[in-house]
Amino acid sequence: MTTLTEAPPPLAPAASEPKPQRRRGRWTPYWLLLPGILWLLVFFALPMIYQASTSVQTGSLEEGYKVTWHFATYWDALSEYWPQFLRSVAYAAAATVLCLVLGYPLAYLIAFRAGRWRNLIMILVIAPFFTSFLIRTLAWKTILADGGPVVGALNTLHVLDVTNWLGWTAGDRVLATPLAVVCGLTYNFLPFMILPLYTSLERIDGRLHEAAGDLYARPVTTFRKVTFPLSMPGVVSGTLLTFIPAAGDYVNAELLGSTDTRMIGNVIQTQFLRILDYPTAAALSFILMAAILLMVTFYIRGSGTEDLV
Amino acid sequence: MPFVNWLKRHLVVIAGLLTLAYLLLPNVVVTVFSFNKPKGRFNYEWQQFSTDAWKDPCGVADLCGSLSISLQIAFWATLGATLLGTLIAFALVRYRFRARGAVNSLIFLPMAMPEVVMAASLLTLFLNLGAQLGFWTILIAHIMFCLSFVVTAVKARVMSMDPRLEQAAQDLYAGPVQTFLRVTLPIAAPGIAAGALLAFALSFDDFIITNFNAGSTVTFPMFVWGSAQRGTPVQINVIGTAMFLLAVLFVLTSMVVGSRRSRKTS
Amino acid sequence: MKTTSSGGDVRLTGISKTYGSFTAVHPLDLTVPQGSFFALLGASGCGKTTTLRMIAGLEEPSSGTVHLGEQDVTALPPYKRPVNTVFQSYALFPHLDIFENVAFGLRRRGIRSVKKQVEDMLELVQLGEQARKKPHQLSGGQQQRVAVARALINHPKVLLLDEPLGALDLKLRRQMQLELKRIQTEVGITFVHVTHDQEEAMTMADTIAVMNAGRVEQLGSPTDLYENPRTTFVANFLGTSNFIEAEIDSKSGDEIVLKAGGGKLVLSEARCGAPAPTGGRVLVGVRPEKISLTHADDAGEIPEGRNRITGKIADSSFIGVSTQYVVDSPVCSDFEVYAQNIDRDPRLVPGAEVVLHWNPAHTFGLDASQDAEAGVEEAA
Repeated sequence: MTTLTEAPPPLAPAASEPKPQRRRGRWTPYWLLLPGILWLLVFFALPMIYQASTSVQTGSLEEGYKVTWHFATYWDALSEYWPQFLRSVAYAAAATVLCLVLGYPLAYLIAFRAGRWRNLIMILVIAPFFTSFLIRTLAWKTILADGGPVVGALNTLHVLDVTNWLGWTAGDRVLATPLAVVCGLTYNFLPFMILPLYTSLERIDGRLHEAAGDLYARPVTTFRKVTFPLSMPGVVSGTLLTFIPAAGDYVNAELLGSTDTRMIGNVIQTQFLRILDYPTAAALSFILMAAILLMVTFYIRGSGTEDLV
Repeated sequence: MPFVNWLKRHLVVIAGLLTLAYLLLPNVVVTVFSFNKPKGRFNYEWQQFSTDAWKDPCGVADLCGSLSISLQIAFWATLGATLLGTLIAFALVRYRFRARGAVNSLIFLPMAMPEVVMAASLLTLFLNLGAQLGFWTILIAHIMFCLSFVVTAVKARVMSMDPRLEQAAQDLYAGPVQTFLRVTLPIAAPGIAAGALLAFALSFDDFIITNFNAGSTVTFPMFVWGSAQRGTPVQINVIGTAMFLLAVLFVLTSMVVGSRRSRKTS
Repeated sequence: MKTTSSGGDVRLTGISKTYGSFTAVHPLDLTVPQGSFFALLGASGCGKTTTLRMIAGLEEPSSGTVHLGEQDVTALPPYKRPVNTVFQSYALFPHLDIFENVAFGLRRRGIRSVKKQVEDMLELVQLGEQARKKPHQLSGGQQQRVAVARALINHPKVLLLDEPLGALDLKLRRQMQLELKRIQTEVGITFVHVTHDQEEAMTMADTIAVMNAGRVEQLGSPTDLYENPRTTFVANFLGTSNFIEAEIDSKSGDEIVLKAGGGKLVLSEARCGAPAPTGGRVLVGVRPEKISLTHADDAGEIPEGRNRITGKIADSSFIGVSTQYVVDSPVCSDFEVYAQNIDRDPRLVPGAEVVLHWNPAHTFGLDASQDAEAGVEEAA
């Protein structure tokens, strides 16, 4: 007699376990997709085409616009607003890095160290969402107010001297400086970093830490060689979820910044809603979209987590 | 050096709690300043304690009107996005079909697009079509950008569901409709609920896309934006604090009810 | 949706299943007699589960028909077939309690008063106390019984079991094998049981169909399959077999005399599953437990008329009830011999010269053109 195997039976190969598919259900997926996809095509994809078309139109509000393939709009827009573009990328990048540095410990804390406090901390991370982010951003005006305790403390600790030297702040003010805008961006998009980080950290088997320790890895090495690599999917999606909206944001720059901290979102908003120069606004928005898609694509390729999407 | 060792061991915890404090500090300020009695039009400096705003939250013109519009839009947008998104999620997980990759990209792109780009292009469409901006254009926009998030949430849940459960239902005399109602839907429910909650939060709090496509309709975030220019009434803080407390209360109750229910059955 | 338990056999006629270019099940005819405990036995990927799912209606056959008694159910969806399944890993509904899981099928068929029936059924599987628990609160063995109860309560014409014991540990599996057999005897419903575990199939089934690569290799009772395997795959998949390639020397009466490595072996013609012309070759098979082992010094004491070959013990392992020897012989390099531990000969240690001998009636002959090792890997 052969010995009985104690292990569960090997899984049947994929071919013997297909999804039930009946002839008459062939059209079902298309019916299910139809309304939602149609919605996205009409109100997401089609607008992109309209926008592309608008960006190469010329004319005026009074006489109407016509497609004249006037690509010079792109050139003009770029040459006029490249500082805002660069500033957007720089601020968004700074906010993303700050979010990662600040968010990782908290995500780690929730995933491995919080114990029975885990749910409570999760709630506290999510609940601020329900207070309008505009109200919360306005609160930073109070926190960073001139002569307030925070600015006073930074002044006493000579932190402001350093940031002044770096050009992040000006004088003894924090409000209306790049620092305030980056601080606001970081604050606003921090939960978008923490949640994906937490999700991927939580999936890590705690025994891996023990195994690493057993194999002579000190805690720092364990983190560097085991925990962090395994949390990469969370890091990638977290940084994307932070960087993309931050790069297009104009609320923080408007509420916490000054005219010197205007980001590309501010320009698009002004062009579109106040100056009503639609071709320029459309071109700017198109460039922003292209730049972000390009960066995202390279980033995902580079980090080797293409299955993320 | 026991203190240094203690510090080393709890470094992550301390750093994490500091981040949490950073996240919650504005909410504390919002709450405290909801009891302020500011001198001028702006509520940025502490003057003196008062409960005036709490007694009369609708005391500012248009505030509660905008809140009501926001809640209505959030409600309908949640309903629409959840319905459409759930259907898409089921199609993606349960069926093989052509153009699957294209559909996945179309779902992913709105989440990878800065809001201002979507906002501007959608406005271009509405302007070109000569649509009347207002409640309906806001609703359309909100359903559009909430859709992808619902699909993602529901998809994750349905994917983790054993297809054998539906086969078992069929095997036990449940037809396609019965199988869906009795097995698939109840098991997918937490995913759908998560998607709906996310959609509600996103819609209620959206500013950028709304600002472009609202016309003269004023939602609550737009009211706050406007008041940041004209003067911030304390009532804004009252509403913000109340929403925060309601959210925490809602989650806590559902957690308590959930744990009590599972305790009862065990 | 008939609930009567009268009704006849399961008949599969020319049934097959292909996925693209891959053939999971080759055209197959199979009849499962009513009231029998029928096992489809084979390694993973052999097509046994696909066959079962075609009976259940969860898989559409590429060709052929499925009959339940007189009724052709080939075109019926699963929810219209009087057949129920115990799924691999059970597929209990996680959002319903045990009572509602068991009542599910009854309720779907519009039966209102289910309480009595469900309670009786839970009693049958000894889970009366657990009715209001959720599936995840039960142990593996209990979940397994719920899955059986949930299917049986519908009084199906056929109960299909897809590796129902695969997720249980060895001891529990043994226990559940007897339990399932008891239930089957009690309710008298036809059971079709898919398993990769040959011991499980032999313990429980009246009839076993051994499947390999989408085909049924052999069908028969456990004893029949074990004693008279018709292919090396069956011989190796069910238990262990030793094979010697031999040349047919002559025939006398109904006995075939064979030459193998200078020695002589006798095989009853009735047990030879291959054509046996003089001068042709056959594979001579013998089960390890049929063989006696005698030290070469005592070779004279072996009675006449037994098949015998010589060899040297290469390895021995004591496993309690028996001792398993591997013997290196000129005709077969690793001959397995299981000896009961009754009177152990202390001289039988690795290196000892021995004579293996057995009753010619325990010899079986197979076609020499097949691989003598077929099915060895799969049975491991």
